[in-house]
Amino acid sequence: MSLPRREHQDRAADEDNRGVAISIDGLARSFGAQAVLEGIDLKIEAGSFVAVVGRSGCGKSTLLRLLVGLDQPTSGSVRFSDPVTGAAVAGAGRIMFQEARLLPWAKVLENVEVGLGRRRSLPTARAAASATLAAVGLEGRENDWPGVLSGGQRQRVALARSLVSAPDFLALDEPFGALDALTRIEMQTLLEGVWLDQGFTALFVTHDVAEALTLADRVILLEDGRVALDQVVDLPRPRRRGSVDLALLEEQILKAILGSERVRPEYEI
Amino acid sequence: MTVAPMNDATSLTLPRRVSVLSWSPARLVEWGARHGAPWLVPLLLLALWQLGASLGAIPPNVAPSPVDVAKAFGRLTASGELLSNIEISFLRALGGLLVGGSLGFALGLANGLSPGSERLLDSTVQMIRTVPHLALIPLVILWFGIEEDAKLFLVGLGVLFPVYINTFHGIRTVDAQLVEMARSYDMSGFELFRRVIFPGALPSIFVGLRYAIGIAWLTLIVAETIAAQSGIGYMAMNARDFMQVDVIVVAIIVYALLGKAADSLVRRLERSYLGWHAAFRDRN
Repeated sequence: MSLPRREHQDRAADEDNRGVAISIDGLARSFGAQAVLEGIDLKIEAGSFVAVVGRSGCGKSTLLRLLVGLDQPTSGSVRFSDPVTGAAVAGAGRIMFQEARLLPWAKVLENVEVGLGRRRSLPTARAAASATLAAVGLEGRENDWPGVLSGGQRQRVALARSLVSAPDFLALDEPFGALDALTRIEMQTLLEGVWLDQGFTALFVTHDVAEALTLADRVILLEDGRVALDQVVDLPRPRRRGSVDLALLEEQILKAILGSERVRPEYEI
Repeated sequence: MTVAPMNDATSLTLPRRVSVLSWSPARLVEWGARHGAPWLVPLLLLALWQLGASLGAIPPNVAPSPVDVAKAFGRLTASGELLSNIEISFLRALGGLLVGGSLGFALGLANGLSPGSERLLDSTVQMIRTVPHLALIPLVILWFGIEEDAKLFLVGLGVLFPVYINTFHGIRTVDAQLVEMARSYDMSGFELFRRVIFPGALPSIFVGLRYAIGIAWLTLIVAETIAAQSGIGYMAMNARDFMQVDVIVVAIIVYALLGKAADSLVRRLERSYLGWHAAFRDRN
């Protein structure tokens, strides 16, 4: 893969130096009387891959939107800091949505260029977009309309768009939720690959516990706007789908999610 | 939707404008069927009409035969009368379209982009819209006489509303998710408009333009027949005074052709600017 590396390339080999560290303090967000997040405290290590799981409506998406600045918290704060110096940095997070959200009237390459933010009008934009597009396996599709791509390919373009600016932090809001099972596995492998390559800090929201466990260093369960479980996943990569270790962890997390509401069946075999 | 028989995969990759000569007879028939079919019914009607006139079933003071109409067409073209009248009518339609269309577009933009502007102006525009603009003809004659201003005013007024409503609607219905995406990539102001909002509203704006062209012709015909000293409508009204039915029919045909030409032009624009949209992709 030949993704555009971040500036300090000499440090790229040292994993501790990539991505930003995120510290979230008492983050709360309510819509009217409805409290969606009630005081989240989290420290996210630079360059780590953290999955956030939970039922729908538990506030996962709200948390992501707050982190990338698409929404403002009611109280609390988010601080991004350089892992080496510890100095605060402006959060340059990117977000990838469940829908690809490509501009249908822009060719694939132009859609990727959008991801460059303010640098998209520089003469280097084309080359950067091309390289990133190739890295997600879409070389040669630069001049296609998004309308002719498959769901998986559109999501690849969206991934390229969110990666092209080499972000310190990438938020992913159920990005593979609408894909078929096989395409989803393909995309998970692709995402893991680019994350290992670029080393950004990743926050991955999903409702699929197995997916969370395949990808993440740490799984956080949100329940009623609070952190209900914080589980480190210390298994070697690439993880084998269906391995016993993963299954045991999945069972444990699912129990935590469903536990309170599990009804004892009337008859047991 | 045209369902052209595409049995062999190669026909999909052929360049679109292939010389007819290089085509096989079967393909020629196919080409003829595709491009000739829309003209079949009009030609049939024309033949029936000519037959009726030749047999005396249609009296010449009700409708002249197609041949007589063609002769009148030739006569009017030779004298230059037809062309100068077409030019005048065309310029009136174009002028009205430009003035009314730009105003409608500007208002649509302003009200679509700014809620404040919408609160201030939208209800006024809607009130004026409900008045049939042709009802203003007596007033317009009082104000402007039968000079060019009168036609420009009427056409402009008629054209303003379809352009306004469709521009406004197009902007308001731009996918909010795309706007949010663009904002998350630091897009704002004119760039957001240029890259996201305007292209998103364009299909709707084109619908407005096509409506507007129809209304421009309609208004022009009425205005020219009532209050004008030149133009195709005037030519037709003048012919009525001299019982020249053939000239009247020529005028009507010219209106039809011009209307069709304008509509085709907009379709062509749609195809080149909305190529990304599946509904407008070249079906060939």
